[in-house]
This record gives sequence, structure tokens and C-alpha cells, in this order.
Amino acid sequence: MSCRPRSKDRLAPKLLLLSSRSAAAVSASVLLLAIAVVTLEALPAILDIGLWRMLSDESWHPSSDRFGLAPMLMGTLLVTLLAVAIAAPLAVVSAVFRQFYAPAALGGLYRRLIELLAGIPSVVFGLWGLTVLVPLISRIEPPGASLLAASLVLALMILPTIELISATALADVPHHHYLAARALGLSREQAVWKVVMPSALSGICAGTILGVARAAGETMAVMMVAGNVVQFPESVFEPVRTLSANIALEVAYAVDLHRASLFASGLIMIVMTLLAFCCAEAIAHSRKSYRVGRT
Amino acid sequence: MIVAGAFLWLIGDVVLRGVGGVDWSFVVDAPRNAGRAGGIAPIIVSTFLVILVCVVVAVPLSLFAALFLAEFSRASVPVSRVVRLSLNCLAAVPSIVFGIFGNALFCVALGMGYSILSGGLTLACMVLPILIRTMENAIRAVPEDYRLGAAALGLSKPQIIIRVILPLSVPGLLVGLLLGVGRALAETAALVFTSGYVDRMPTSLLDSGRTLSIHILDLSMNVAGGDKNAYASVLVLGLLILVINSGIAGLLFYSKRRSGLIA
Repeated sequence: MSCRPRSKDRLAPKLLLLSSRSAAAVSASVLLLAIAVVTLEALPAILDIGLWRMLSDESWHPSSDRFGLAPMLMGTLLVTLLAVAIAAPLAVVSAVFRQFYAPAALGGLYRRLIELLAGIPSVVFGLWGLTVLVPLISRIEPPGASLLAASLVLALMILPTIELISATALADVPHHHYLAARALGLSREQAVWKVVMPSALSGICAGTILGVARAAGETMAVMMVAGNVVQFPESVFEPVRTLSANIALEVAYAVDLHRASLFASGLIMIVMTLLAFCCAEAIAHSRKSYRVGRT
Repeated sequence: MIVAGAFLWLIGDVVLRGVGGVDWSFVVDAPRNAGRAGGIAPIIVSTFLVILVCVVVAVPLSLFAALFLAEFSRASVPVSRVVRLSLNCLAAVPSIVFGIFGNALFCVALGMGYSILSGGLTLACMVLPILIRTMENAIRAVPEDYRLGAAALGLSKPQIIIRVILPLSVPGLLVGLLLGVGRALAETAALVFTSGYVDRMPTSLLDSGRTLSIHILDLSMNVAGGDKNAYASVLVLGLLILVINSGIAGLLFYSKRRSGLIA
């Protein structure tokens, strides 16, 4: 530090500090801005229709003053749950395979494949679902575009996310736990499922919740294969419409209360994903403190 | 193995269906007959313009924000925790919500209409979290010794940042940039209601322009008989993403080797 900094030397640090501070402030406020804008647009719907009517109206006919979002909420819920039920076990098993069973070269190759898949755009999944899966399903039970098709496509999409996070959670468990278990005479299966799995479980749960959030928010791929009929589905072969697809399908021409109610459903989606995100964070944190406390 | 099989099936299928449709004229021609015939030249141009807007807006902002998080505040300070939390939440917001947010703010409230500009700005909001996180990590990865050494040589903080830290973290910063661009390329839902559907060659940033992903969506959903060109477009999009991914891998490899040489 020189004794007498010239004025230019004093200005530069201030300028840099100021600009980096304001950049951080701006980027942090984008979230607030997004929530504020969506809320503002949704306000007429919340005030005029009310949240209760949005859930309890028997149907979705915005032009004749019926704003029941319940079928769409149900659609989102079912599609998401089914997708996770398909993807999570497969993802966990494949993560275990990669970490403990596969030879190093094959494991590396497999990881590359999964990472590649994580980067595939959602419309590509949608297009493939539309032209390959939907005709296949319609051969079993028409019309093909259905709850099942949407869940299968979504399952493929969230599988890489869950797999990558689960594998990281498994790798985070200290390797000497596994070695010690093997040295005590446990078989590889016992060591993996009884010793390593319990400690990695919370990480795997966090990954699965992120998968849930991604699945619930996904729009295009689902819209392309789900059939988009507003109804409570009675079997997996019936078409459904999700909240996100509803927004995507109708925002282009919606006006007034209709538009506002779409923004309200957007707000519902924000709240849902933020909740899921907070759960994932909380679980991940509890795991860390638990481990530190124990060792 | 089932998993790998399903994925290989998907990739193989897409490549096989697309490969017949792609040739040079497909890339340089304008679409005819609503995209059933002809090429995708205007769509490629719009895609690049949207991404250009997004990068021009998002990169300086995230670079400075990353500098703030990595250099000007400690991780435990409430301010930086709030910034980080808000960015993580932003990353969790579904893309369709960004779409209606951009539609309400940029297209309607700020009067930009369906345009490349609104699309790019919406995307910029969306990629901020990824950009900032990777750039922050890149800056943090510069060893503490370098900062202390530079300070001991009498460099001021801005000089340290500009002369020492930024040059050293260039590969990491580029990785962040490429990740952001990759995300932006793949995006559909956020752009449908902001940059629009028009498939003509854009003449200004205020024109509506259709990006590759939206073109694929439109061809498969709204245009009967557009599947062949949809798959061909998928292949072009896939190639772009592959180029970006290998760019990332190459940069990571390069920086690993270089840091190996230093240490």
C-alpha cells in the first residue's frame, strides 16, 4: 500500500466494488422481479375469482366463467409421480451399478452417455415421444397420447438428473466404510445396500426431489405427448393436461381474467417448485451436519 | 443396462431419421410450405441473434456478480447468502414461468412485442444462475497464493483482479459461457411467448424470430407431414450442442493440464 495513493488509484477500486455490488444486486432481484410481475398479472384472477373457486370449479371453461384448475393440478401431480416412480429406481440402480459394479472404463463411458442425455433439449424428447412412443402405445390402447406417454418421456428426461446426483451422493460416502464392511465379510450386495446406501439416502432423496421439480415444471415435452384433454384421467391410457401445458397452450390468445388465471397457475407452479427446492436444500443440509457430527 | 438401452434407442432413432434430411441446401435455404420443404436458414440466424442478445446482456452482469461473490464478500456474510439463495431459487423456476414473465414484462409492459430482443432478455434472466455459479467457481479456483503474491508486489485490488485473476480464470469463465449458451439453445418454453413464431429472415432485433427448438416444436405439433424436417432440425441442433459440449470438455482438459504444469 503506497503512502499517498493518487486519485485515480482510489477511484478504480471504488468503481469496481460499486459495479460488482450492483451487478450482484441486480441478478439477485431478478427472482423478486419475476415473482412480482407474475403476481401482478395474476392479481385480478386471485381477487375476482379467488383461489378457492380455482380449485373447486367443476370445469375449465374460461370463456363461460369456469376456472377450475383441479383437473390440471391432478394431471401435473399424476404425470410427475408416475414419472418419478419409473425414473427413481432405475436411476438409483444405475448409479449403484456405475459406482460399485462397472469396470472403470465402462463406468466412464456410461457417465458420458448420461451427461450427454442430460443436455438433450426437451423438444427433442417430445418429438421422439410423439413419433415413436405415442404410436407404440396407441397400438396397445388408443389414442396413445396419454398420461403414460407423458410419464415415460418425463421419466427419461429426469433420469439423468437423479442418476448424476445419486452417483455423487454414493461417491461422497467415505470409501473406507465400504472397505471395512467388505473386510467384515459382508458380500458386495450387503455392503452396498446395508452400509453405503443408508448414508447416501438423503443425497439420493434430494436428487429425486430436484427431479420432481424438473418434472412438474416441464412443459413442451409433456404438451407434445400428453393429449391435453382437460379431465381427471381414469386410466394411464387416457389423455391429460398439465398446469404447464395449459399455460403454454392458452397464453397466446388469452385475455383479461382468462390471462390472469393462467398467470395465477404460473404463480402456483413457482410456489410448488420453490417448496420442492427448499425441501431438497433442507435434506441436503441435514445430511451434512449429521455426518460432521458423527465423525 | 435397460437405461442405457433406452437412451441408445432414442439417440439412434433420432440420428437415423434426421440424417437423410440434412444437406447443405437445408442449412442455407428458407423454409417453404410452412417448413415441410426447404431449409432452415432464417431459423439458424434467429437462433444466433437470440443467443447473442442473451449473452451480451447476461455475461457482463454475471461476471461482475461473480466477482462480488468471489472477491468482495465472504461466503458467510448475509448479503452474499441472500444473493446465492435467490439465484438458486431462480434456477429452480420452471421455464414456462420465465416465458409468461418475459411476455408480461418485455413484450407487453415494455412494449417490445414478440421480438428477438424480448426473447434474448428473457433467456438472459434464465441463464443468470448457471453463468454466475460457474464463473464464481472459476474465479475461486485461482490459488490464494497468487492473490497474496500480487498484493505483496504492491498491486492494488483492481490491478490484481484485472491482471492476475481474470486472465487465469479465462478457461473457467468460458466453460460457464458455453454452459449458458447450451441451456439457451435447448430452451423452448421460455421463447414461444417472447421471441415468437415468425419464420422469415429477421431484419432487426425487434422482429419476431423463430429459434431451432421452436421450429422443431412447430413442425411436429402444428404442421402435418413436418416430421422429416423436424428430425433434420433436431440433428442440426444436436450438432450445435455437441460442438458446445466438446468445447467445454476441451477447455476443462486444457485448464487441468495447465494447472498441472504450474503446480
